[in-house]
Amino acid sequence: MRQTRTVELGTGLFALLGIGALFFLVTQTTGGDDFNASEVYEVEARFQNVGSLKARAPVAMAGVTIGRVTNIEFDPIMLDAVVTMVIDEAYDQIPEDSDASILTAGLLGSQYIGLQAGGSDIYLEEGSEILFTQSAIVLENLIGKFLVNAGGSDSED
Amino acid sequence: MASAAESIIEIEDLDFSRGPRQIFKNLNINIRRGEVTAVMGPSGTGKTTLLRLITRQLVPDAGTIRVDGVDISTLNQAELYKLRRRFGMLFQNGALLTDLNVFENVAFPLREHTRLSTRLIRHVVLTKLHAVGLRGAADMMPSELSGGMARRVALARAMVMDPDILIYDEPFVGLDPISMGVIVRLVRQMNDALGISSILVSHDVQEISTVSDRSYLISDGKVAASGSPDELNRASSELVRQFMHGMADGPVAFHYNAPNYAEQLLGRDTE
Amino acid sequence: MLRDLYITLRYFVTTFGAMTIFLFELLRHTPRVFFKRFNLVVGQVYNAGALSLVIIMVSGLFVGGVLGLQGYDNLQRFNAEDAVGTFAGFALVKELGPVITALLFAGRAGTALASEIGLMKATDQLSAMEMMAVNPVTRVVVPRFIGGVIAMPLLAGVFSAVGLLGAHLVGVTLLQVDVGAFWQQMQQTLEVKDVVEGIFKSFVFGMIASLMAVWEGYNAIPTAEGVGRATTRTVVITAIAVLISDFMITAAFLKG
Repeated sequence: MRQTRTVELGTGLFALLGIGALFFLVTQTTGGDDFNASEVYEVEARFQNVGSLKARAPVAMAGVTIGRVTNIEFDPIMLDAVVTMVIDEAYDQIPEDSDASILTAGLLGSQYIGLQAGGSDIYLEEGSEILFTQSAIVLENLIGKFLVNAGGSDSED
Repeated sequence: MASAAESIIEIEDLDFSRGPRQIFKNLNINIRRGEVTAVMGPSGTGKTTLLRLITRQLVPDAGTIRVDGVDISTLNQAELYKLRRRFGMLFQNGALLTDLNVFENVAFPLREHTRLSTRLIRHVVLTKLHAVGLRGAADMMPSELSGGMARRVALARAMVMDPDILIYDEPFVGLDPISMGVIVRLVRQMNDALGISSILVSHDVQEISTVSDRSYLISDGKVAASGSPDELNRASSELVRQFMHGMADGPVAFHYNAPNYAEQLLGRDTE
Repeated sequence: MLRDLYITLRYFVTTFGAMTIFLFELLRHTPRVFFKRFNLVVGQVYNAGALSLVIIMVSGLFVGGVLGLQGYDNLQRFNAEDAVGTFAGFALVKELGPVITALLFAGRAGTALASEIGLMKATDQLSAMEMMAVNPVTRVVVPRFIGGVIAMPLLAGVFSAVGLLGAHLVGVTLLQVDVGAFWQQMQQTLEVKDVVEGIFKSFVFGMIASLMAVWEGYNAIPTAEGVGRATTRTVVITAIAVLISDFMITAAFLKG
């Protein structure tokens, strides 16, 4: 009988540990946005180029996450990208003329939207569009420009 | 040919081969009800194979095997398992299940095939263990048993379902004289006290003479001789005499087939 | 030459077919064995899982530590040492967790299964069951198979979790990566889909490793030498099969 006890105890511990580990992996390593507000409002912004921005990417202001990207679509008429995002209802006094840029966390990090406050008295609300936007910086373009410039200065000499 | 009432197992014109090797050819054996029948033969004559054929763990190429008059090749899986419950088999080294203790080993068939209460199982198991003199070893694990004890436990397990036929595969191999004597006594006792039939495969001539009612000597896939121990002892056939008296050379040659000795030593072999 | 190739190929296909049939045979018995012989299954989860825990946890800790060191060393050249958590998380959850666990499982539990069943065969225990009208497949093989399949994803989960702890110890505690960045970057990059991929993989590997082990044991030549050889083959075949199927599953998930 003592033999059976050991087996049961061991199996029980093992199963709990295993399930606990899986639970830990599912909850603690994924879905990590510290943004989980229930009351939100939705705004749109148009970008020439969203780079590798993805849905669920954070929307930050002054480095603090205040919302999240919910959808990214290509507009076939305007030929640009329409990014839909939701912002926590608590931050309802963001000036309408704020500008949105797509930034990168670190050199290799994931991309997010950074909002820079404007000076207007009218605030963003449900359905607003952010008019001032700055596209993602695409590394290849940057390098391309640099090379062209370097080449240009060479020939001038 | 003996009638069905008298013989419990009839083997008729049995052929069996494994790969290119023909093991049995035209084998005829009759096991009589209530007797201890010994099947003897030099090593490698397929005695264990014969036991497997009787219990249909193997299927013969030709010929019939009848148990109680029923041809076992006609049975389906369920009927076969039902038939096997009438057999008790003692394997060469006991074949106790290593992860169960002695008690659970003997209880194993009961737990698998019956819905007896725990109390009744305990009662039956202890009775059987007592019969082989190992009631005191009920809590031991198979690894703690000596060879003779393991075989006695296996015997208790073989009997626990009250079989009609007990089959012993080399029950005497590798035992000290005392354990051997115990097993010999048990074989005889079980057979007579419980009214079952026993088949015993072995090449221990001495022990078989004391325990068996009838013996078959198999050689070259055929029955070379049969009869009571006395009859075999007095037999005139060269082969029977060689086997019964353990002579090194005879019809079963001392030398395995080889090219001519002198020629091979002188390097003129035909490789 | 061509004939040899043909024979080898035919042997391979035949063995593969026999294994597939064996697998279906096991699966056919699985529900009944799971419910009717639950205590046997529990015992095998213990044998395959609980007894492998120590080796899994120690290996996981050190593999995670290595990921922390290597990740930090390489990422800091790009000023991206904050991504060490992401790096370790991806590697552990999607690849190293399931694969290394399967390989360790083959070495620890697979060999034990193969040699145990092989020895039971060599000592006539399986024949004895047949003679007692008990099907050794349902009594011996299927519980061990189920036990392995249940244990593997749990072990892989433990491996990955302990591995992350190892990466955390090296990355955060030792190399001073910011703890928030370590975890948050991982959480922002990894998705539930990735964890599911890892669990799916280890489930498939559990089937493969358990099948190979019971197959080799059940079909071992019933001698001391035969059982030894079956044990070795278990590890080799499991490792190859796991790595091949890992490639196929990864490719499939990338497409899907």
